[in-house]
Amino acid sequence: MTDATIAPAAPDHRPAFRAATFGDALRSEWTKLHSVRSTFWALTVTVVLGVGLGAAISAAAAHGYDMSSASGKLSWDPTSDSLNGIAVAQLGIAVLGVLFISSEYSSGMIRASLIAVPKRGRVLAAKSLVLAAVTFVVGEVTSFAAFFAGQALISGHAPQAALGDPGVARAVVGGGLVLAALAVLSVATGALLRHPAAGIACMLAVTLVLPAIAQALPDSWRNPVTEFWPTYAGGQLTTVYHSARTLLPWPGFGVLCLFVAIVYAIAWTLLDRRDA
Amino acid sequence: MIEARGLVKRYGATTAVDDLSFSIRPGLVTGFLGPNGAGKTTTMRMILGLDAPTQGSVTVGGHSYRDLPAPMREVGALLDAKALHGGRRARDHLLCLAQSNGIPRGRVDEVIRTVGLESVARRRAKGFSLGMGQRLGIAAALLGDPAVLIFDEPINGLDPDGIHWVRTLMRTLAAEGRTVLISSHLMSEMAVTADHLLVIGKGRLIADTSVDDFVRSSSRRSVHVRSPQAAELAARCREAGATAAVAGTDPDIIEITGMDSTEVGKLAAAHGIVLFELIPVRASLEEAFMELTRDSVEYQAAGATR
Repeated sequence: MTDATIAPAAPDHRPAFRAATFGDALRSEWTKLHSVRSTFWALTVTVVLGVGLGAAISAAAAHGYDMSSASGKLSWDPTSDSLNGIAVAQLGIAVLGVLFISSEYSSGMIRASLIAVPKRGRVLAAKSLVLAAVTFVVGEVTSFAAFFAGQALISGHAPQAALGDPGVARAVVGGGLVLAALAVLSVATGALLRHPAAGIACMLAVTLVLPAIAQALPDSWRNPVTEFWPTYAGGQLTTVYHSARTLLPWPGFGVLCLFVAIVYAIAWTLLDRRDA
Repeated sequence: MIEARGLVKRYGATTAVDDLSFSIRPGLVTGFLGPNGAGKTTTMRMILGLDAPTQGSVTVGGHSYRDLPAPMREVGALLDAKALHGGRRARDHLLCLAQSNGIPRGRVDEVIRTVGLESVARRRAKGFSLGMGQRLGIAAALLGDPAVLIFDEPINGLDPDGIHWVRTLMRTLAAEGRTVLISSHLMSEMAVTADHLLVIGKGRLIADTSVDDFVRSSSRRSVHVRSPQAAELAARCREAGATAAVAGTDPDIIEITGMDSTEVGKLAAAHGIVLFELIPVRASLEEAFMELTRDSVEYQAAGATR
């Protein structure tokens, strides 16, 4: 062996370097997000579902307006109808958010990520923030497109809403906010469960299945669910007409955000403690 | 410089790493050697802050890994070549890692050239062979131009050219004064690549020695002799304190241990014994390694005679 001929350890000639920052982590996560095709597809599905379903629901509701009861006309909410597709478009964001981190576990990439950024909370925060920002932009585009498409279809058949009407602008902007909150929830769920299928199933249950089951329950059970279930409560931000036994828009959104914060805190704690 | 003090890792009732202490010095290639399941990967994961030790501690350059301000600038690691998102292009994979530590974009193209992946840098990683994956993993480890490098089985899946390339790279990195730790379960590979050896079995340290010392101390030597007077020579050798026995079915061939070939030749001459063959035999490194780790092999084939 060449043991004896190896030169003694040379002094360190490498240039000085600076500490890695949260901004570095954000840039890294942004590259990760836009460098895989699934991101593009998930966001396309979100926009198509949000705008398409919103338009279909608006058209159907407008055509039924004349035949609806007096109370139906009283609770007529063309803004909410046009934004209804967002409740389903959530799925695109839920899948994207869960996959954004759980695919790192299934591929093993998470080890490279955590070796590069061993401050694990920073990885989770950067992922959440990047996805929330992208989702917010795409969500606002979806929400505004759905609103204008829906109102165009309603116009002539039933009273339509305008952005200047009370509460309407808040509801339309709210569409993007709700999706952004959901993006953070999905990333946290993905980090918590680590497994893509489990994470997506869990998000499906939270956003669609459990609320649907609640509809089948007796009123005494159903009412608290429709009032406080986080995704339900958050959805109040996209409505203008306020019905009884639902939270007001901002408190409703507050309940969603609180729920997101709790899940995020659990995910953060476990990510920090578990072996990767 | 990597230093472990009393490192222990338990998973439930299984002890993967059992009271491991070592220090890995700069300027040398240190081979981390042990049979499958010996705890090599677990130890590396603890060095890199992926797994928390049950007891003990390990530091890199005096700091716990998770406290390093710019980890990739100080430590480069390759744990698993297939651990990347298959849908991401090779260059984007390196770019996202570089960005996380504030490493400039130009460095990405530099390491791509170093590992010879220019032609596939824009291809998605799922089409990569294991060898290409290894090169990509090594590129990632080199991104931050770190003083400490850790590679888990870096030659797995490489063709002979690739193996030669990795070997040369490791030696170059060490000659530049860096700390290089490579794990392997192949003794023969470590014998030509490493300067120093850390041998573990069942999570325990078996040897912490230079490759030269390892070869010297653990190689069993013997002398193979063919002679028409083999029985007489055997008796003379035994008188001189060595052991001698018929090696196979041919009574003219004996195996002598405890004497080197020079001594056997002189002894034969002194007693007028004719020799047809006089061959010094050295147990291979592989045999020495198996001898050393015999009691600590986790998975043994049924009926294994060792």
